[in-house]
Amino acid sequence: MNKTPCVAALLAAVTSVALIGSAHADTKSMRIAFSNNYAGNSWRQAMLKSYDIVTKKAVADGIVAAADVFTTADKEVPTQAAQIQNLILQGYNAIVINASSPDALNGAIKQATDAGIVVVSFDGIVTEPSAWRVVVDFKDYGKQEVVQLAKWVKGGNLLEIRGLAGTSIDDAIHSGIAEGVKEHPEFKIVNSVEGDWDQTTAQKAIATVLPSLPEIVGIVDQGGDGYGAAQAFAAAGRKEPTIIMGNRQDELEWWKEQKAKNGYTTWSASIAPGVSTLAFWVAQQILDGHKDIPHDLLVPYLSFDQDNFEAALATIPKGGVASHEYTLEEAKQAIANNLKH
Amino acid sequence: MTSLAGASTLRAVVAEVNTPRRILRAILPALSLALVVAGIAWFNPRAISYFGINLMLNLGIPVVLATIAQMFVITVNELDLSIGNFVSFVGCVAAIWLRENPVLGVVILIGCIGLYALMGAVIYLRNVPSIVVTLGMLFVWQGLAVLVLPRPGGKAPAWLHDIMNLRTPYVPFPIVAAVVIAAVVHFGIMQSSYGAILRGSGGNPNAIGRAGWSLLRTKVVMFLLAGIFGVLSGLSLIGLTTSADANIGKGYTLLSIAGVILGGGEFVGGRVSPIGAVIGALTLTLAGTLLNFMRISPDWQVGAEGAILIIVLAARALINRAGPGVLSHK
Repeated sequence: MNKTPCVAALLAAVTSVALIGSAHADTKSMRIAFSNNYAGNSWRQAMLKSYDIVTKKAVADGIVAAADVFTTADKEVPTQAAQIQNLILQGYNAIVINASSPDALNGAIKQATDAGIVVVSFDGIVTEPSAWRVVVDFKDYGKQEVVQLAKWVKGGNLLEIRGLAGTSIDDAIHSGIAEGVKEHPEFKIVNSVEGDWDQTTAQKAIATVLPSLPEIVGIVDQGGDGYGAAQAFAAAGRKEPTIIMGNRQDELEWWKEQKAKNGYTTWSASIAPGVSTLAFWVAQQILDGHKDIPHDLLVPYLSFDQDNFEAALATIPKGGVASHEYTLEEAKQAIANNLKH
Repeated sequence: MTSLAGASTLRAVVAEVNTPRRILRAILPALSLALVVAGIAWFNPRAISYFGINLMLNLGIPVVLATIAQMFVITVNELDLSIGNFVSFVGCVAAIWLRENPVLGVVILIGCIGLYALMGAVIYLRNVPSIVVTLGMLFVWQGLAVLVLPRPGGKAPAWLHDIMNLRTPYVPFPIVAAVVIAAVVHFGIMQSSYGAILRGSGGNPNAIGRAGWSLLRTKVVMFLLAGIFGVLSGLSLIGLTTSADANIGKGYTLLSIAGVILGGGEFVGGRVSPIGAVIGALTLTLAGTLLNFMRISPDWQVGAEGAILIIVLAARALINRAGPGVLSHK
């Protein structure tokens, strides 16, 4: 009598193993290409490194047959369009892409999807409806900056550092911050400067407005600019306010020093370059037959708080950015979170 | 009748003396194209198909048109450094206005062509180097493109998209387009009598001027033609990409110059070859594909494209030196 459930369980186990096996078998012979338009800064380097680590293992494990990276020699749109067309001809089953333009590649993307190729874009996304987009929730990131700040700061004047003007990312983070301030009326943004996601630009911009600023309790920004902000305040001989950090090694290093000195508290977040690996897994999952994956996938940003940033700092190379490489399981979870919405 | 026959006999004799070298020179661009195609067929046989050729060459059409535009300018011993940015601007105009407000779009594009003609007039009348004028225009076009389209977007008019994605029977559309362009320009510039004047105004302006032809007019005509082909290049590019970007055609400046030279043209002397220029542009387009198929690292790709150019030019120099020295001007 006792045996039956046992057998049933065993059967279930066998079938589930078989299912997993078949899931892998489906994409075993498939090749995924990565079309990248630029490799010239630390974030892109980290992105390529993460991608390399994860895809090498995926190929070794037999999940996919090949995962080749193609970076264009210049940042030109026609070059990347031609590259995509070449990838179509080489018979890749899927193309993961960090695009040079959200719209101007749509012609080539459409040719790829018409040829039955799965196209997954991330970071530099494409608007062609037949492609997939892995989008980071920048608006929530902006909002969380204020929400986190409200945890330790009672209220007061804030300084905002904007990113590269005219980009959708700058726009999204800014509107998130505005939303956060609306929910926490104890904060007031008294000035904003353009930091271009770069610490030297941010430092210069803040140094210019600093003498005219009232007391500042916090700085809300877009990452890459936190260390420059701290330097500007130090140079002016003013006490550093709570600066939201952006996962860069120099920012976290400074935070660590301050924490040791006076218990400085803040929060850090940014888009992880390893989101390239999520795009890879999404492509693999679609090839595996999961056609129900929504074309716009919202994924969380990578954040650290007072308790866990030091552990992360140890793993970031000097001058680098905190990254996170997705495993297949984590990617499945990220996809599942989007299905719930 | 007799004198005509005599002239043609003389021409035949001259041609015979000149034949081996000229033929060699003329087939050099075709030979380099054949080599690149052979390489592609070797690395990826399935690319040599109706579908594959369509994909590999359709982005070559705007390059071909830009190269022809550059060729007109080079014919009269000038250089257009602004053509790439001009193509970008045309693309932005096409993606923004040609769809929503065709009349305004067409007026702007005609105005652009007029501006090109004006550029030719200014270069001739004020005797300023074209490099200076076109370098200035580069920034003008760039600024205008950003003004028209501050962030990437817009949409190509449907008819433009349909033309560029035409499914011609048997022969892929890009090849048909390239042959038509080459034939039209060849007959206009190489066969017509005014074409000879136009080329002559680059080869020997004094003689043409003394013979009573207006050099102002030849220069204006050539820049006008360059403007027209620049507009065609921008339109075809947007028809393919379906959407524009203020920097979309930037790379075409150098590509077009390289295409003209690769196709047998020379910077001075009015010596150009429309068929060669078309082949040169296609060779450059396919060279990128070949390097991609060969898995050459992108860091080396730009250099490899340059190497192809140098090899072809070196071969041409060798041919020039080997042949007889007389009658080198066509």
